[in-house]
Amino acid sequence: MNDIGGTVARDNPSPQGDGVAVSPGRQRLVVIGNGMAPGRALERLFERSPDIYDVTIFNAEPRVNYDRIMLSPLLSGEKTFEEIVIHGDGWYERHGVTLHKGCKVVRIDRAARLVVGSDGRTAFYDKLIIATGSLPIVIPVPGHALAGVMTYRDVDDVHAMLLMARGRGKAVVIGGGLLGLEAAAGLTEQGMEVTVLHLMPTLMERQLDAAAGHLLRRAVEARGIRVITEANTKAILGDDKVRAVQLGDGTEIAAELVVMAVGIRPNAGLAKDAGLTVNRGIVVGADMRTSDPDIFALGECAEAHGQVFGLVAPLYEMASVVGAQLAGDAEARFNPTATATKLKVTGIDLYSAGDFADGKDREEIVLRDAAHGIYKRLVLQDNRIIGAVMYGDTSSGAWFFDLMKRGTDISDMRETLIFGPNYAGGGPADPTAAVAALADDAEICGCNGVCKGKITGAIAAQGLKTLDAVRAHTKASASCGSCTGLVEQLLRIQLGDAYNPAAMQPMCGCTDLGHDDVRRLIVAKQLKSIPELMQTLEWKSSGGCARCRPALNYYLLATWPGDYIDDSQSRFINERVHANIQKDGTYSVVPRMWGGLTSARELRAIADVVERFNIPTVKVTGGQRIDMLGVKKEDLPAVWADLNAAGMVSGHAYGKALRTVKTCVGSEWCRFGTQDSTGLGVKVEKFMWGSWTPAKVKMAVSGCPRNCAEATCKDVGVICVDSGYDIHFAGAAGLDIKGTEVLGHVATEDEAIAVIVALVQLYREQGRYLERIYKWAKRVGVETIRKQVMDDLERRRALYDRFVFAQTFAQHDPWAERARGKDAHEFAPLSDLTRLEAAE
Amino acid sequence: MSDWVDVGALADVPVRGARVVKTSAGCVAVFRAEDDRAFAVEDRCPHKAGPLSQGIVHDRLVTCPLHNWVIDLADGKAQGADEGAVRTVPVRIEAGRILLHLASLPAQRAA
Ligand code: SRM
Ligand SMILES: Cc1cc2nc3c(=O)[nH]c(=O)nc-3n(C[C@H](O)[C@H](O)[C@H](O)COP(=O)(O)OP(=O)(O)OC[C@H]3O[C@@H](n4cnc5c(N)ncnc54)[C@H](O)[C@@H]3O)c2cc1C
Ligand code: SF4
Ligand code: FES
Repeated sequence: MNDIGGTVARDNPSPQGDGVAVSPGRQRLVVIGNGMAPGRALERLFERSPDIYDVTIFNAEPRVNYDRIMLSPLLSGEKTFEEIVIHGDGWYERHGVTLHKGCKVVRIDRAARLVVGSDGRTAFYDKLIIATGSLPIVIPVPGHALAGVMTYRDVDDVHAMLLMARGRGKAVVIGGGLLGLEAAAGLTEQGMEVTVLHLMPTLMERQLDAAAGHLLRRAVEARGIRVITEANTKAILGDDKVRAVQLGDGTEIAAELVVMAVGIRPNAGLAKDAGLTVNRGIVVGADMRTSDPDIFALGECAEAHGQVFGLVAPLYEMASVVGAQLAGDAEARFNPTATATKLKVTGIDLYSAGDFADGKDREEIVLRDAAHGIYKRLVLQDNRIIGAVMYGDTSSGAWFFDLMKRGTDISDMRETLIFGPNYAGGGPADPTAAVAALADDAEICGCNGVCKGKITGAIAAQGLKTLDAVRAHTKASASCGSCTGLVEQLLRIQLGDAYNPAAMQPMCGCTDLGHDDVRRLIVAKQLKSIPELMQTLEWKSSGGCARCRPALNYYLLATWPGDYIDDSQSRFINERVHANIQKDGTYSVVPRMWGGLTSARELRAIADVVERFNIPTVKVTGGQRIDMLGVKKEDLPAVWADLNAAGMVSGHAYGKALRTVKTCVGSEWCRFGTQDSTGLGVKVEKFMWGSWTPAKVKMAVSGCPRNCAEATCKDVGVICVDSGYDIHFAGAAGLDIKGTEVLGHVATEDEAIAVIVALVQLYREQGRYLERIYKWAKRVGVETIRKQVMDDLERRRALYDRFVFAQTFAQHDPWAERARGKDAHEFAPLSDLTRLEAAE
Repeated sequence: MSDWVDVGALADVPVRGARVVKTSAGCVAVFRAEDDRAFAVEDRCPHKAGPLSQGIVHDRLVTCPLHNWVIDLADGKAQGADEGAVRTVPVRIEAGRILLHLASLPAQRAA
């Protein structure tokens, strides 16, 4: 692009649909569905030809593209949503992709080449991709629509399950396949008592033979999950919500949550209504085009070569073909290859690939080692492996799968084949041998199609040392993660003892040290300035970068209050000039309104400022105060002087600092109020404003459990009750939605303030830069935090005192200082030649 | 008028910081690196015209305040995976004064 501004003017208002700026010369590509398959197709397209299309995506789910395979780790709590995002908002921004979140397409008008969304939004297309995925099957037994009956398909389902799991009650999972078992394991992990109902005699019968199915059942039961096979669900009982599940033989199993995981069917209704050829799925040719050549279908909704697919590896192959076709490669073809499955339940090792049904032209090799709980079975046809099942020891899985995909004749190694590639006549097995024996073009990561040579090449050429680095450079093990072990073994083979799997994440490319190490070393080595720190800790870059500098500035400030001199050049612009930068380079100004209270005097001053400085937009924020947007930088000090004159100070809407304390009217007015919630909110805000924190801190105080101030999704929230104050923390309602954890109950307002202050101070001392309270709590543990600020009174006192000490240096209104002339250079140009020229 | 224009003292630009010079051809950002080297570029990020003068300066790079593109001040090029470049303006320091060669900027840009 040669336009310096990067935005392209459009003077030809041809019909483009809503809200989509189209660049001249580009075609319009519209994508329906934002799952893993189209996400990959767009990556492939952009790699080849970034500028042929203006892309618009409609996604029924209100979020970005994430790794659906990782829903089970999300459910069990092993991962957070951010960790499973594939394309963050920045990706769409960078590629100029318009993403309509939470907008389901309800109609495709092929004549007009237009799609219509549920909220009336439209988009015209030149090329269309349908990637609507699958719908979970709901068995239509009586009671299937009761509250508490769910399916398992997306993040909303996981959130709903987690909410139910809070009660630590009983759950029934219908379906003993991959999804059902993962759901059962996750819910057990969350403290529920789970029963799995499975129609067939053995678990996962589609992937496993009966013997492996039995071993699996034993392992599942050993985790406390009850398994009932040959269980025919007859009805789900309950009045408005689920009470129990009734089986064909009359047995009733109590449950307040029922998860149906009995299978999926391609979501092809939209395509069918549009008149495209639909069989089981949307029928596509090997070029992935539907019966309309301008419309592609891919992913689980598509049917190719008479098959539909439910695993990511073949979908990603489809995606490569779609990307190539869209980039103009008419030769690209999709040819499905065998797929392998791994159950993602921590502690259960299970691998299956290919076809393992009995057949008369088939032979098999079986290894059973009951003592070690190992079972391996290979199915052979014409001296070639066509199926493999492994339980207990899956280390040879990739090797077998590779032999299978290549169709290698195994006659020569038949005797020892089942022992894997490391068989050396009885010596102790070297776990890395299987991987070492793989050829360079053997596929390691099925999801992303990464072969061994690419990984070892990247490790050597780029000096990669950690799993995350390999993931970032090659994508290997970045999807379902089931090949993580293999990738780690490759690291071990390549690096030997230099590979340290426990290595932590460095802060950024400027250092090998992690955030916690740096914080520890600041104290241990008494480091008191950024240059000194970089010198002593051997920073690798000159002057750091925009990631480490603000973090270091915060750590030094929080460690040495009163001693450390703030480095404004290491602060993000918003904190440097105490206002929020806007997209056009102007700023917004948000004064504090303590606890959401304001007055005629304040409102009048705001009105006057708005008129005097021609401020274009005045808005009530989501944080119970008023935002003035579009202020010119030069005007900021004068705007602040006027606001100061009416008693208003900075609201720190720009800071990694205390933002707002939202309150409700409480006992002062409300007929239900139990305590003075407004008063407590104001006190907390007045006590804590001005303090810098690792990330922003938002609070709320509600006067009763009706919770009108929404305290249960804040970093810190208080719910007043008759007997005192319930203190909550670690909630979130932004990128992630998370209800708070209860920290504890206190009887008096003073105690409430003491606990809140101690909590925030602990966070100031332990939180990593940009880590919100809920992430910090997840990392260090809610219980550990509770012990320190609720149970250990001495500790609480010490934390409180340290906060109060730091506040003596922090509570100066930054606006007043600047209105008086501090940092004047920030608000004036170095010189203004336009005036000079005008004078000439 | 000579081609080199005096726009102010180097000491008036913060170390690892920047100031803006307004010209009829748009704003120019003048940077001062850690080692007192000076750079000047148009104050419009090649991404979405963000004001580069407001970014964090590290080594001879600036990180744009809007979406974190990293720009090399010496040649104006975006670093890493991002593509684009901002126009650079030649700078000279003489006796502590900053001189810009503004003639190398294209004439008056339409507003
Ligand atoms: C003005 C406001 C929107 C509004 O018009 O109402 C707003 C505006 C911005 N929000 Fe917000 N947020 C505003 C309330 C919220 C809320 C609601 C609340 O506080 O009750 C949330 C969800 C609650 C939460 O934080 O959990 C919210 C979640 C976010 C997030 C996601 C944070 C997260 O960790 O999940 C960001 C992005 C970030 O911080 O990295 C963000 C970032 C921003 C930024 C700073 C974007 C940016 O970097 O430029 C916006 C600055 C605009 C400006 O210049 O004023 N804003 N933002 C609200 C200001 C409240 C205030 O008075 O200070
Ligand atoms: C819990 C779980 C575990 C799994 N584990 C594995 C595993 O270990 N290995 C493996 O290979 N696979 C696994 N899978 C399967 C894998 O996740 C899917 O095959 C894959 O995500 C399908 O991708 P897709 O793009 O076709 O569809 P999806 O990812 O389902 O995306 C379809 C999207 O389209 C949206 N949509 C639907 N209709 C419309 C419309 N009309 N307008 C707009 N948007 C619409 C939907 O909301 C959805 O977001 C698992 C799946 C689940 C649910
Ligand atoms: S104000 Fe918040 S939600 Fe709105 S666009 Fe900005 S960051 Fe996004
Ligand atoms: S405008 Fe500079 S990074 Fe977007």
